[in-house]
Amino acid sequence: MNIVKKLSLVFAAVAAFAYAGAALAQEAPDALIKRVSEEVMAVAKTDKDVQSGNSQRIQQVVNEKILPYVDFQRMTALAAGRYWREASPDQQKRLTDEFRALLMYTYSGAISQIRDQKIDYRPLRADPSDTEVVVNTQVIQPRAEPIQLSYRLEKTPAGWKIFDMNVLGAWLVQTYKGSFASEIGRSGIDGLIKTLADRNQKLAGNVARTGKMTAPAK
Amino acid sequence: MKTLGKTLVLSASLLMAGCATTGGHNPEDPLEGFNRTMFEFNDTVDRVALKPAATAYHDYLPSFVQTGVGNFFGNIGDVWTMVNEFLQGKVEHGANDFMRVAVNTVLGFGGVLDIASEAGLQKHKEDFGQTLGKWGVGSGPYVVLPLFGPSTVRDTAALPVDWYGDLWSYTTPVDVRNTGIVIRTVDQRAALLGASNLLEEAAFDRYSFVRSAYLQRRESLVHDGQDIDAKPSSGNGDGAPDASTKSLQP
Repeated sequence: MNIVKKLSLVFAAVAAFAYAGAALAQEAPDALIKRVSEEVMAVAKTDKDVQSGNSQRIQQVVNEKILPYVDFQRMTALAAGRYWREASPDQQKRLTDEFRALLMYTYSGAISQIRDQKIDYRPLRADPSDTEVVVNTQVIQPRAEPIQLSYRLEKTPAGWKIFDMNVLGAWLVQTYKGSFASEIGRSGIDGLIKTLADRNQKLAGNVARTGKMTAPAK
Repeated sequence: MKTLGKTLVLSASLLMAGCATTGGHNPEDPLEGFNRTMFEFNDTVDRVALKPAATAYHDYLPSFVQTGVGNFFGNIGDVWTMVNEFLQGKVEHGANDFMRVAVNTVLGFGGVLDIASEAGLQKHKEDFGQTLGKWGVGSGPYVVLPLFGPSTVRDTAALPVDWYGDLWSYTTPVDVRNTGIVIRTVDQRAALLGASNLLEEAAFDRYSFVRSAYLQRRESLVHDGQDIDAKPSSGNGDGAPDASTKSLQP
């Protein structure tokens, strides 16, 4: 190996190291979804606390592994539709916070139900210049139809962020949109915030009582 | 049971005709007034009878029995799925499900064991409503049927055909058939316990939540999930939500 080659290797290594941070931020959207999904699945399948529905542990997993990659503000803005612009910045913030809390409760409940499922990743059909893409996956489970699970992501300076999610053919944003609109129509944006807050309080009460994220089967 | 079902659907359509002028402003749900009433009714039936039965079934029966029951009725259902796959021109899926039924019926003791899934033959689910959709029939407005739950005008019209294609409904004697229908209903409800508990948490307005999720899901089923990235994230119809969020982005 000649000296030039050696030097260029060293240079490449240094460069790679220096840009590792930047490279991570530019992780491709499908690679991101795959990494996050696999990390969550791995924890859900091995962690006894997660499997038993331990709320603190599950929230910790969600906060660490999923939250950094979700743009809740955009998600909330889309669900609120045209009413978003009528909301004050303070209302927008409170609405986003309450909606995020609600989604966290539901999502956490779902994580504790992961058992012997595995995830199938579909090839990404997108142009490299796209700033919005959909990543399609499927949850394969024994003795049942696969569950379709897709994510809509947007390219931001801080990397790709999820802002909508599709379960079994239904988009989360669109599914909530009707509820948001009718609640705002009835009692305004503050009314919607209050409804969400009440719901979250009730869910928090359930969690505090049972220590578990999943709703008790009544 | 079949006659009962037919009577219910018929009376439902009559009721709907009566309520046709009432209702909300959602273009997909002109029958909202009627639908909300039916939703409440179904919810009560579920809370009082079906969910407790399904919960007891889920909690007290050994899980291998539950799996066996689900497999047995699932195998019978696979036959009708196969017919619909052929009607939709999905020859490959049709052949796959033909193999499933053959393997499970012969080697799986009449369908109690789902050996085909273990062997990698993926289960599918198709009904006549999806077939009509594939043939280009639009879904029509949203309808909540008494006892049968969320549907559309197209899917309601397809329901009698699905009953016709349900092999279990030809079982004799009649009391065995009816017992089987009850067990099948409870088993299917039990399989949904996790999901319905999740739904109770997720939705603060369950009626509109279920309506939107159901309509989107049916549409996606008709297209077998192929058009999933073609849909706008906002559902739309009321302004340009994208523009509203642009200002948020740094």
